[in-house]
Amino acid sequence: MFSFIIRRLLVAVPTVLALITVSFVLMHAAPGGPFTNERNVPEAVMENIEAKYNLDKPLWQQYFIYVGNVAQGDLGPSFRYKDFTVNELIESSFPRSAYIGAWSFLFVMVFGVGLGVLAALKQNRWPDYTVMTAAMTGVVFPNFVMAPLLVLLFAVTLRWLPAGGWEGGQVEYLVMPIIAMATSYIAQVARITRSSMIETLRSPFIRTARAKGIPRHKIVLRHALKPALIPVVSYLGPAFVGIITGSVIIDQVFSTGGIGQHFVNGAINRDYSLILGITILVGILTIMFNAVVDILYTWLDPRVRY
Amino acid sequence: MTLINQQRKIVQRRGPSGSGIRHSVQGVLVLLVTLALAACSEEGEKKAGDEALAAADIRAPEARFQEHPESGERLARKQVLVRGNASEPASLDPQLVEDTVGGAIVVDLFEGLTRSGPDGDTEPALAKSWVSSDNNLTWTFHLREDGRWSDGTGVTAHDFVYGWRRAVDPKVGSNYAYYIESAGVANAGEIIAGDKPSETLGVRAPDDFTLEVSLDQPITYLPDMTVHYTMFPAPRQAIEAHGADWTRPGNMVSNGAYLLHTWHLGEKLVTARNPYYREDDQTIIDRVVYVPIESASAELQRYASGELHMTSTVPVSQMARLKKERPDELVMAPSIATYMYTFNVNRPPFDDVRVRRALTYAIDRNIIVSYITRGEQMPAFSLTPPYVSGFDFRQPEYATWSQPERDEAARQELRKAGYTKDNPLEFELLYNTDESHKALAIVISQMWKEKLGANVTISNLEWKTFLSQKQAGNFGMARHGWKGDYNEASTFLTLLTSDSGNNDGGWSNPEYDQLLLDARSSKDPNPYYVRAEEILWQEFPVAPVYFNTTVALVSPMLKGYPENNPRNIIYSKDMYITAD
Amino acid sequence: MLFSDKHAGMGELADTLADDAYTEGRSLWRDARRRFMQHRAAVASLVVLALLLIFAAFGQHLSPWDNESIDWASLPNLDEDGVPSLASQHYFGLDPIGRDLYQRTVQGSRISLMVGVLGALTAVIIGTLYGAISGYVGGRIDAIMMRTLEVLSAFPFMFLVIVLMAVFGRNVLLIFIAIGAVSWLNMARIVRGQTLSLKRKEYIEAAMAVGVHPFLIVMRHIVPNVLGVVIVYATLLVPEMILFESFISFLGLGVSEPYTSWGALISEGADAMWTAPWTLIFPMLMLVLTLFCFNFLGDGLRDALDPKDR
Repeated sequence: MFSFIIRRLLVAVPTVLALITVSFVLMHAAPGGPFTNERNVPEAVMENIEAKYNLDKPLWQQYFIYVGNVAQGDLGPSFRYKDFTVNELIESSFPRSAYIGAWSFLFVMVFGVGLGVLAALKQNRWPDYTVMTAAMTGVVFPNFVMAPLLVLLFAVTLRWLPAGGWEGGQVEYLVMPIIAMATSYIAQVARITRSSMIETLRSPFIRTARAKGIPRHKIVLRHALKPALIPVVSYLGPAFVGIITGSVIIDQVFSTGGIGQHFVNGAINRDYSLILGITILVGILTIMFNAVVDILYTWLDPRVRY
Repeated sequence: MTLINQQRKIVQRRGPSGSGIRHSVQGVLVLLVTLALAACSEEGEKKAGDEALAAADIRAPEARFQEHPESGERLARKQVLVRGNASEPASLDPQLVEDTVGGAIVVDLFEGLTRSGPDGDTEPALAKSWVSSDNNLTWTFHLREDGRWSDGTGVTAHDFVYGWRRAVDPKVGSNYAYYIESAGVANAGEIIAGDKPSETLGVRAPDDFTLEVSLDQPITYLPDMTVHYTMFPAPRQAIEAHGADWTRPGNMVSNGAYLLHTWHLGEKLVTARNPYYREDDQTIIDRVVYVPIESASAELQRYASGELHMTSTVPVSQMARLKKERPDELVMAPSIATYMYTFNVNRPPFDDVRVRRALTYAIDRNIIVSYITRGEQMPAFSLTPPYVSGFDFRQPEYATWSQPERDEAARQELRKAGYTKDNPLEFELLYNTDESHKALAIVISQMWKEKLGANVTISNLEWKTFLSQKQAGNFGMARHGWKGDYNEASTFLTLLTSDSGNNDGGWSNPEYDQLLLDARSSKDPNPYYVRAEEILWQEFPVAPVYFNTTVALVSPMLKGYPENNPRNIIYSKDMYITAD
Repeated sequence: MLFSDKHAGMGELADTLADDAYTEGRSLWRDARRRFMQHRAAVASLVVLALLLIFAAFGQHLSPWDNESIDWASLPNLDEDGVPSLASQHYFGLDPIGRDLYQRTVQGSRISLMVGVLGALTAVIIGTLYGAISGYVGGRIDAIMMRTLEVLSAFPFMFLVIVLMAVFGRNVLLIFIAIGAVSWLNMARIVRGQTLSLKRKEYIEAAMAVGVHPFLIVMRHIVPNVLGVVIVYATLLVPEMILFESFISFLGLGVSEPYTSWGALISEGADAMWTAPWTLIFPMLMLVLTLFCFNFLGDGLRDALDPKDR
């Protein structure tokens, strides 16, 4: 276990470096730069701006300067939000998204897995149909439909909740972002859990257990749940990273100030340093949680070896 | 750093509920959730306190006025104005601001020599008066002596000199450095090119309250240009003390009616009344909250739920309904901006003026403004909007024709150019991804298809791809919008001069260039402008569609919104909130 | 039969041998078809999907309008003239600039069904193979394959689309490349997870001991046994890819006006739902219908292909 973690940590460095390199090259291949503006400024002005941000140097130099700075933990100044560094942008926005995401994830786990198991146990009876119908409807409600619908209902019509803002993360400001975030994930997890559970319940060792007369709830909890969760965990690993890094729709509709908006805006604005900074963050999170998933596999099925 | 600390504390405020889950859930859940939470909450835990409350909070003190000092209207007890502001500004540094959202905040924070009055005319602000001498080559501004920075120090002419020099300083790297150059301030071009030090800029302060500007080229409208934030003063004391971080709450020193209070990126920016501002005793609004909402429909929902006093825009698809349901709240202020399509005149089929004329004629502008944009925009047949102050607005002859007449003329022109049913006109129209640009492109291309039998392909491009293709001249026809930098016709007409950086269509006409050069120093430039427009009516380098309006929703409680300011410069200090 | 039985321990083997289906000696495919036909919801879904395809292919003939013309007469008063109505023959109403939504939905169906199905197929083929190989081979190969996957899934996908667009221009085929590039990533992880667990099962270890070629083991023993999860996840990918396409179009790649897709219609509808709810409802309904069909179809296929379930 310990050596596994060490190994993963060592491999993480070249992985992140590869990620930076690929992103760097592709990013600079995209047309337009961070300072391409509707108002085309004279060349001399553009040269000054580019010099200020080292963009006048050859690309390979920019790359090494960047990697050097990253090694020291400096992600550079944002090209779009000129008053901030990328470190500051991430420090201010990521905790918010992570907070909404952590709660959403909790609901995804509890409701997704719970409803999925329920549907599997009552297969082809009304609870199954209800849960699955709800889940499938949930899957097709993308957050860009869900979020404005929620606002329309709870903020504009009923006036129960504020339409947007963060205000220190007070509960009433979080309800809608969390629902909008969690709905489609809950639906997907419920769907995957159900099918995986049904399959596990049909497997011979469960039949054997049942034949031995072990009570049903014990079979489900002690024997069936763990193997049934393997595909769910595989799915939730990457999904977790997606959930805690927020969503542009949620940040835009609810003005939560999360990091999700930077993914899209950073790319649209060609904010090179911001995009790379976020990419590195996502990369590290992905590596981390994939390692967690791999550890979970060995817990869910002790026979798994790497 | 302030901002970051505050946010850590804010995150912290949810302490009780955060720790709640830690106890109630078991196993893996706890591991995962706490991992994420730990990342954000540990830090602030120790130093949470009053500051966090203050930072999260926009609760202002009770308003100072119960009644409006002049009109006697009963005022709301909390004078907190919440404004929708389309996105997060690029910067709050007056010399680095480059977008309207930043401009909207900066004009509240800072005050320049002049300001834009209710009708868009230039009014004195920090400058009491100004004179030009030497055939408009030297301008002298006399400053008020009661200007104060928010740290209590006086605003002097030296602060302006400092600000203007920053604007052109290559090290500062301002996007708007060209603005100082286009005003003709002496040596601006050389300084930007790095050939001369910024101290040589043609602006000096003979004494604390006199600002003297010397120009390379004469200009008659310099005072109009000083309304723009690039020409605002800059607080040397704060910039030298804090460097790049000077625009943070706590660090920033400003000389406008408000000072920077809080800034949570992507959530809100709060400004508070500046007690040192010279007219502070007349300022009614205590706090202004700017909420960056990028989606117009989200902004509308925020407004409808009662959380905004005013929006920055209105989604086009909602105009019809809002006109019915909220006619009193819908403000459609004329704006000095023109919406048009640029022809690439170096590329067939647009190298033929008859094609350009035909396409320009065939746009049914009434349908566009009445049923698509619906914001009381004015059909445009020329480049410069009528709202530009002092401009002698005229229209070409075809503006007076009926649409069927124009259509017929368009068909004839196209036939003359050799396009028939068997040889239809084919081209691609580019626009950047956006609901209203899309709607317009679809409707107009449909008009061309139906009336002229043209095969139009419309293509949306993501913003920067669009810009780089357009600026590289790699297009046939592209959507173009132009908003004046200052309230004078040259801000529009110079768009199409040969040396203009924004003349993407590549049209060029020596007579036109000369006219605009001559207009600069003329006492009455209007004859030159009229002639320049006439050339455009013959040559059709662009197809004007409409003169823009700024459409917004304004709460009936909010008074003093500048409904007639064509520059859409909104000073929060001029507004107030009534009780009901 | 044996090879696809997950847990063919010796005791189970006896059960299996005694099984009717085995003794009757029917072919696997005939067997699967019979089981599939018994799954009524799956058969019904197949019929509905066929109808959807017919709708997408020929639906435009049922209405006098087309997908790009503007109904100029209705434009001035869209609030009333734009609502769905049989009388005006705008069955699904008009969009905010006066185009017929029925025709646009028909036309959008072609793009979206293609995007959804191809996205899911890419995921099934590439994702399953990649995940199965990575999980089965294990060791260094697994590490390299998984780290590659991590790089791919963390990487700023928007730039790939923007660069594709800049280099190749607009081309409908490029949507599939862009969608294919992302759709299989999660699938690969899921399949690998299953494989890791399957790999230690007795019958696989037995096959290994006998010296069966690793590729054959993957194809014959691993892949059939992960199909259940694969099918379920693939059905979930269909709507996801359909919606994802609208984001790609936003970046300039993908479908361009006047052509549209369900994703584009839904995101336009989301903006207008306040005034013109029908602009959201109809494309949403199509998407829901498609998802339900694929879902039941998936269930049916899974049951049909899983020999344990008889």
